[in-house]
Amino acid sequence: MWARAVLLGHRSWMGWHRGFTSKTDPQGSGRVTAEVIEHLERLALVDFGSQEAVARLEKAIAFADRLRAVDTEGVEPMESVLEDRCLYLRSDNVVEGNCVEELLQNAHRVVEEYFVAPPGNISLPKQDEQQPFSHN
Amino acid sequence: MAAPMLRGRCLGRCWALACIDSGSRHGRGAATGFTSSGKRGQSFVAQQPLLTAQKSRKGEHKWAAVVGLEIHAQIASNSKLFSGSQVHFAAPPNSLVSFFDASLPGTLPVLNRRCVEAAVMTGLALNCHINKKSLFDRKHYFYADLPAGYQITQQRLPIAVNGSLAYSVCVGKKWRQVITKTVRIKQIQLEQDSGKSLHDELRSQTLIDLNRAGVGLLEVVLEPDMSCGEEAATAVRELQLILQALGTSQANMAEGQLRVDANISVHHPGEPLGVRTEVKNLNSARFLARAIDYEIQRQINELENGCEILNETRSFDYKLGFMPEPNLPPLLLYDTASLPAGADPQQVINIDRIREQLPELPSETREKLIQQYGILPEHSFALLNEVGLLEFFQNVIKETRAEPKKVTSWVLNIFLGFLKQRNLAVNESPVTPSVLAELLNLLDRKVISSAAAKQVFEELWRSKGKTPSQIVSERKLELMQDEEALERVCHAVMEGHPQVVMDMKRGNPRAINKLIGLVRKVTHNRADPTVIKEILEKQLSS
Repeated sequence: MWARAVLLGHRSWMGWHRGFTSKTDPQGSGRVTAEVIEHLERLALVDFGSQEAVARLEKAIAFADRLRAVDTEGVEPMESVLEDRCLYLRSDNVVEGNCVEELLQNAHRVVEEYFVAPPGNISLPKQDEQQPFSHN
Repeated sequence: MAAPMLRGRCLGRCWALACIDSGSRHGRGAATGFTSSGKRGQSFVAQQPLLTAQKSRKGEHKWAAVVGLEIHAQIASNSKLFSGSQVHFAAPPNSLVSFFDASLPGTLPVLNRRCVEAAVMTGLALNCHINKKSLFDRKHYFYADLPAGYQITQQRLPIAVNGSLAYSVCVGKKWRQVITKTVRIKQIQLEQDSGKSLHDELRSQTLIDLNRAGVGLLEVVLEPDMSCGEEAATAVRELQLILQALGTSQANMAEGQLRVDANISVHHPGEPLGVRTEVKNLNSARFLARAIDYEIQRQINELENGCEILNETRSFDYKLGFMPEPNLPPLLLYDTASLPAGADPQQVINIDRIREQLPELPSETREKLIQQYGILPEHSFALLNEVGLLEFFQNVIKETRAEPKKVTSWVLNIFLGFLKQRNLAVNESPVTPSVLAELLNLLDRKVISSAAAKQVFEELWRSKGKTPSQIVSERKLELMQDEEALERVCHAVMEGHPQVVMDMKRGNPRAINKLIGLVRKVTHNRADPTVIKEILEKQLSS
């Protein structure tokens, strides 16, 4: 479970982490503060409830940090393997839609012709309010 | 100038040119509290009861407010930004949704050419630099009306940057002085709209309609160059007029085609900027200024009471949810010089061509009106501020010989006044431009007096089908044409009231008015008061 959590949070974490360590810890010792954990949990909706999980996270980050050993001075980052392709422009005509029955077939619950979702976003409780994760 | 037509313009009591006094009472009649329907479940402004500001014993420090805006305008196109489903305001739920809009696996975005053209047009009209290469990104967040879990937008490299929007503010007594202000435009980007959520509190569920999901939006980001609600509202109004003139968006706030989020902070002049708060999803022009001013005042009160301003949106500012959109290559635009030879015209967009085809912008239209008809700047604003009014005005001018100033006065005061009183739009008016033109012709030829013309207008409004000439003859409103008969009447009146004549001779200015009144009564108001006065004076001196 934690491995997937790391993968989920990892890519978006990288950009922020780079900035974070450069400001607070140029050595990159990999210490991850409670504040950062809370942030990650909010974004990736994953529960890092145990010390072990945090330790694994730190190791994973250290592993990924080895990317920095590559010298990329003066090299333009590649955004997409499609960057040399032509972006096709579609004419402004209505050619799709009108398939509400088909679409609703995928839905677990519907009300008239609306999809049904749980109410709003449930915001995560703050760090101190959280129940301790029972680690087995 | 009648007050009702100044809707949407800065009403002079604007604090744009002065700092906000900490001791002054917020005079705009602020809202008593409001909910910003927080996007994504966040509430951004605490609901507070309206606080009356403290007396200035707290110190004479002046406050300055800083307001920035993020405006989302729905692009007027037939189909959506990345799919071929229809864009339409009212339709059965989920009927205008394609597989891509519903985010079914295996679907891919295909960019709509019209939306790109709309973005370029808008960028050019707002003096922006058009980026010949722009990129698409994914902005990730979880919400039920965003089925993909991300919105395709242009965060890193948008299609247009560094523009400006000029708007005019009226200040001074009687709002006569017009000052032009400018707000910088940080960027314009293309992005997808989300679907609509209907919250069903009772059954603890949310109903989702994806008809709006994927509709093309132009996000216009205005730098925090504005300093009060009125300035912000005026800038938004001008942007609305520009978008409507371009045809890139209908920009109707009531229908959700134009949505505004405001970023507001206060500080003491000379000191660094304060903490920003965000007021989101303002969708009424009238409410916009009030909501912003209310938030400004709220922040001032909080700070004066020693509290801190909390920014609850800060956690979302880290831009962590962004990644490049892997399914879309960079968007490349060309100009005449760089256009590749032999390229398929459907597949390339030429910025120069679009610039050549830009329609006339509101500021140009106003300037032309002033030059062509010699009307005042504030009148040109008023003419453009009401849907259809300019066309009405121009149609009247075409068919009448009356002077433009006369036409302006009649259209802006009397005609517009009647419309506003009855809450009608220009196209619902019972009086057509031709009819008004005919009436003004009668007035111009001195067939009727000004007062009589107003009576006729009232009658025209009530009973359709009658022409002005008909009403004039029915009610015998024609001015007396027989000068000699009028002279005889004047003579008779003077003979009948020797006392008043004596007053006149002694130089009493009101005496002549009494005589004029008497003559008018005798002639059943069918004589022009100015002519009567001339005759009386002539007869007196002889």
